Amino acid sequence: MRSRHVFGLAAALALIGVALFLYKVVAVGLPLKRDKMTDLWEVEVAFGFNARGRPVRLTFPVPPGAPGFTIVNQNFVSRGYGVSTADALDGNRRAVLSIRKAEGRQSLYYGFAVLRGPTVVAAKAEGPPEAVAPKLSEPERIAAEAIQLAAVAQSADATTFVVQVLKHLAEHRPMRSVVALLGDRPTALKKINAAAKIAALAGLPVRTVHGISLGLDRTHARFDHWLEVHDGKQWLSFLPDASGPGLPDDKLAWWRGPSPFTEISGGDQPHVTITVSKSRNPTLQVVRTLGEQAKAPLLTWSLFSLPLQTQIVFRLLLTVPVGVFLLVIMRNVVGVKTFGTFMPVLIALSFRETQLVWGIALFTVVVSGGLLVRLYLEQLKLLLVPRLAAVLIVVILLMAALSILSHKLDITSGLSVALFPMVIMTMTIERMSITWDELGGGEAIREGIGSLLVAVLCYLAMSPPAVEHLLFAFPELLLIVLAATVLLGRYSGYRLAELARFRVLGGRNT
Amino acid sequence: MLGLARRLRANGVLGINARNALYMLPHNPRRLYPLADDKLRTKEIAAKVGIKVPELYAVVASPGDVRSLHAALAGYQDFVVKPAHGSGGEGIIVVTGRAGDNYRLSDGTLMDHADMAFHVNNLLSGIYSLGGQADKALVEYRVRFDPVFDNIAYQGVPDVRIVVYFGYPVMAMVRLPTRASRGRANLHQGAIGAGVDIATGTTLMAVLKTGIVADHPDTGHPVSGICVPYWQALLDIAARSWELTGLAYQGVDIVLDRDLGPLVLELNARPGLAIQIANRAGLRRRLELVDKARGDGTAAPTAAERVAFAKARFAAVGA
Repeated sequence: MRSRHVFGLAAALALIGVALFLYKVVAVGLPLKRDKMTDLWEVEVAFGFNARGRPVRLTFPVPPGAPGFTIVNQNFVSRGYGVSTADALDGNRRAVLSIRKAEGRQSLYYGFAVLRGPTVVAAKAEGPPEAVAPKLSEPERIAAEAIQLAAVAQSADATTFVVQVLKHLAEHRPMRSVVALLGDRPTALKKINAAAKIAALAGLPVRTVHGISLGLDRTHARFDHWLEVHDGKQWLSFLPDASGPGLPDDKLAWWRGPSPFTEISGGDQPHVTITVSKSRNPTLQVVRTLGEQAKAPLLTWSLFSLPLQTQIVFRLLLTVPVGVFLLVIMRNVVGVKTFGTFMPVLIALSFRETQLVWGIALFTVVVSGGLLVRLYLEQLKLLLVPRLAAVLIVVILLMAALSILSHKLDITSGLSVALFPMVIMTMTIERMSITWDELGGGEAIREGIGSLLVAVLCYLAMSPPAVEHLLFAFPELLLIVLAATVLLGRYSGYRLAELARFRVLGGRNT
Repeated sequence: MLGLARRLRANGVLGINARNALYMLPHNPRRLYPLADDKLRTKEIAAKVGIKVPELYAVVASPGDVRSLHAALAGYQDFVVKPAHGSGGEGIIVVTGRAGDNYRLSDGTLMDHADMAFHVNNLLSGIYSLGGQADKALVEYRVRFDPVFDNIAYQGVPDVRIVVYFGYPVMAMVRLPTRASRGRANLHQGAIGAGVDIATGTTLMAVLKTGIVADHPDTGHPVSGICVPYWQALLDIAARSWELTGLAYQGVDIVLDRDLGPLVLELNARPGLAIQIANRAGLRRRLELVDKARGDGTAAPTAAERVAFAKARFAAVGA
């Protein structure tokens, strides 16, 4: 009954924690390590043209994003131009830059960033489209049919057919019909268009794709062209080098179909320069930017949305449960005696500001000093509260003296004794004094050493930056800690210290 | 290590976690703790059901009362001053007589009125109470100890601690002060505890810290084989203490007065576990036996029946 409730609660908490955690790692892509980096490509397109003093309308396609690619930070630098984007008839999304009147040299810029992230853009479910009969002149038709015939003979199905067509078109010493179709100086675009026509002639649903490579930095990137053929289930990609279906994962599709990149009215055909530059950014930052753009509730409602000052506080605060959990284990499973319930965790927090070794030294010196003062004041028979107050005053003087001393001796870390450690240490001395009064000196020293030991362990568990990052990015992990703590709350086994204590009762005959 | 844990479990040894989780948390409601923690309230309810306690002479509740204390005590030659919320015997002053205007203490030193007033003021400010909360001072009858433990107690106050579970006395020990415990009967301060056979009331071996000793470390006399007088009465008091507080799991501390017999000194809502070492027996096994005997708790045996059960079932093995 009660146990089942506890186990049920713990299981539910742990399940929620694990599920949220996995979702955020796998689907949202929050990094497990703070310093993990993600590749980001900045793409900038510059349009230069002469305007003729009339209304100017420049359109060009904007990349749609694709599975594995996410387009972020789209921006237009186009002084005076109105900017809009609209879905064009051919299925592409095109940006329209327009102005009532422009004269002379115009420089317009369009930029965006691409990242290869785990953020999956849902692929649109598309049924197989109708194959459209290509428009061909008579000589073209004859040439195309010749190539089609040759390719059909050498292929088994649609995929191998397309590969064969592309192979014929890429031939160093092309067939006569290839020359007839492509002319003397075939470009990659011409080849792909020709291949599309031949495939369409064979009754295949086909389209051309134009995109860029995101490999290296390029100041003058060129468009690559490839073919997409629908095999009845999905679109398959074919590069002009006839390497078969499939696309290198650095190819970013930009627009599809026969339409040109830019269309302009009221100006010369623009000169287009595409620059691609790669940069490495912290994954965390990238994912957050993405999440904010997509208004993903897990990120917009996360701790990252807090003001920076508050974030710093929570970075610290969220590690406290780890220390507290460790403390529960040390007290209830190991059986270490400590001051108060959570004093060791507070001491561990103050070590974060003083650094460990210096913190232990300071703790020992100050606490021993405080106790010496207490011992002396005991002889004066002071009342409880004034005596504690006197101890605290002396402790603060002691800390001030230590700070000055360490400064003069050029031990810089001594200066980092901030307000917080002071408060914690004075509280420790108060607790220790009370224990000394109630349970005697031996017990006080034993608990003092126990507290210091647990504090060091807590510090070691709480302070690694990895722990801090994990808990800040995935606060739901604390649900798992909570589940474990709840379970420990029902632990009724022996403490390790009790095994030693009751050793004499461990005989077989008792 | 696991083997040791398994053997302890097989012997029915009770650990702190098990004591808290299985016996104190479910059966000792927190609101009842003050009945045991506040010696004044313990005294009041004990008197109501006719359990004998040291007679209360005066209560000092506020610093204003301290000045009139001397006058209030004029009629008493000897008495004990103790904090109502004290623990571990701290803050107790035993006045054995008077020398002119001064009080004579048990260790032979003298204390004047100002010193006594200072001590009581300290006590009121909470210096001896758990957690340092404000406290009251009780002035009560000074117990004349039954001479039975004279050979195995070093000064101070030997008392009998009986752990009671749902009114069944499950385990007992005599707590004997030593030089190290400075006359106090608390085991963690260095007193020794001699187990007592529930069936017969004779002492067994003793525990010192976590080890077992046969002789008192200061007097050298063997601690075992001594018959605790009034044993049946002690068990009866222990059994009835459950109805006193309603705390299902508690310790009863009883002193033996030469003239008045057993007097309940205090009740303890969190009795320690060292009693198991003194008796070389596990508490948990006995608690489980009581649980089995109670069944669903509807039978409600009388105190006498519970004592009879305890004497029959909890006799020391191989003593």
